[in-house]
Amino acid sequence: MLSDWLYIGIFLFIALLLPAVAIGLAAILSPRKPNKIKNITYECGLETVGETWVQFKAQYYIFALIFLIFDVETVFLFPWAVAYQKVTIFGVIEAIIFVAILLAALVYAWRKGALEWF
Amino acid sequence: MNFLTDPLNFIIGYIRGWLLGLGVPSSWAQFILFVIGAGILATVPMLITLGLIWAERKILGRIQDRLGPNRVGPWGMFQTMADMIKIFTKELITPENADRIPYNLAPILSVAGVLALWAVIPFGISILGVNLNVGILYLIAVGGFGTLGFMLAGWGSNNKYALLGAFRAIAQLISYEVPMALSLLIPVMFTGSLGMADIVAAQDVWFIVLSPVAALIFFIATIAEVGRSPFDLLEADSELVSGFNIEYSGLKFGMFYVADFLHAFTVALLFSTIFLGGWRGPLAAQYPWLGFVYLLIKTVIVWFLSILIRGSMPRIRIDQMMFFNWKILTPLSLGLLVTTALVDKAIPAPQTALRAISMLILNGLLLLITNFIWRAVSAQKERPVVAAQPYGGQKTGIKKVSS
Repeated sequence: MLSDWLYIGIFLFIALLLPAVAIGLAAILSPRKPNKIKNITYECGLETVGETWVQFKAQYYIFALIFLIFDVETVFLFPWAVAYQKVTIFGVIEAIIFVAILLAALVYAWRKGALEWF
Repeated sequence: MNFLTDPLNFIIGYIRGWLLGLGVPSSWAQFILFVIGAGILATVPMLITLGLIWAERKILGRIQDRLGPNRVGPWGMFQTMADMIKIFTKELITPENADRIPYNLAPILSVAGVLALWAVIPFGISILGVNLNVGILYLIAVGGFGTLGFMLAGWGSNNKYALLGAFRAIAQLISYEVPMALSLLIPVMFTGSLGMADIVAAQDVWFIVLSPVAALIFFIATIAEVGRSPFDLLEADSELVSGFNIEYSGLKFGMFYVADFLHAFTVALLFSTIFLGGWRGPLAAQYPWLGFVYLLIKTVIVWFLSILIRGSMPRIRIDQMMFFNWKILTPLSLGLLVTTALVDKAIPAPQTALRAISMLILNGLLLLITNFIWRAVSAQKERPVVAAQPYGGQKTGIKKVSS
């Protein structure tokens, strides 16, 4: 059990190491001749105007909130799905009530126009 | 244990015996084997990518009535090698206002996020990294690495196009994660375990037969997760000039492409593991390498299908992408989950044929209802249509036409 996670740890370390080493190698092999024009931000040949980290559309934020609701819901449903073979019909109905509440939330968001992209 | 039936475990046993013979403690021998195994399992996908890029460019070329790469080596096979040598010696330009740490971390994270998925995939009855008891959750969690990579790339580049591309990437990737996770619940429900090897072992009947709609949702959602056409609006070349990776050059740029091509193959691998029975097939239990061949064949078919879709679909708009996810796929996957749970409880498990047929009817019904709702919803949308001028003198009028 613990050795499984040891393996995952080693694997993640190697997975991070491989591209890092490749990029490090490329940094050694590649030429380095920076100049002023080359290093400026590329925006199709025009000089960049104003602050880059601009304000973004509020829609992204609303979708992030809706995503959060559904992702947390999925996390709650996974233990139920694992135990599904063992639960009786009452367990299934409870899960259906849980999903129905969230479906009502989705319908509410839909009616409120939160799912529209303007 | 015989070399012909199970070469991998034979070699592992041989190395372990050799290490123990040298006087290495058994826990350290296990650790060394883990490092070797993980090293090989992480390196092989990177090498496969060289072949994948060539094959995909060749297939896309044929779809578009071109020859594709055909100069370097037989049928252009070494084109990717040449590209790789070129890209290794390219200058790594860092834009002056870039946020250094996220900028350099992003390409590494996006490759690592894809590679890490390979740790839990069973390639044969005994050929697998590890049968993690939370395998599916691990897949979803590690899949988030790639999203993080896109976000860091867009934020760190200090470029408006990159930032816009990153916004779109995040909006798309997190949205399509919801139906993907919900459709993965159904194989877990049938299996009663989150472990990938257990899911493969439970597929006496392939899960695509028991739940074709879940397989369809998963397939669509994974295409969106990879960001391939028709969901390629995160790198929309014609409007965002490539989106989040615009400020990258040299191998840092190459790493995003390695991640992209490898991700396309990896999700095909996941699809065939979870829905197409994985390594299962005739004689696969006795000869693990045969199971590996079966898995490879299934994966290549699914992967080819995704390339066909990439080659033949136009890009959809962002509002269509959001509409399709939140108003079609998410309610459909929730409905599928609820009805599958009810029907599967109503039918006792041993009656395989009855179960398969009733599931098939249920899935067909759900698709019909979805189609009906889809038509009803899109009929409500009214858009102004500029009427053509029938006669020379009249002014152009705008009238509402329901489509």
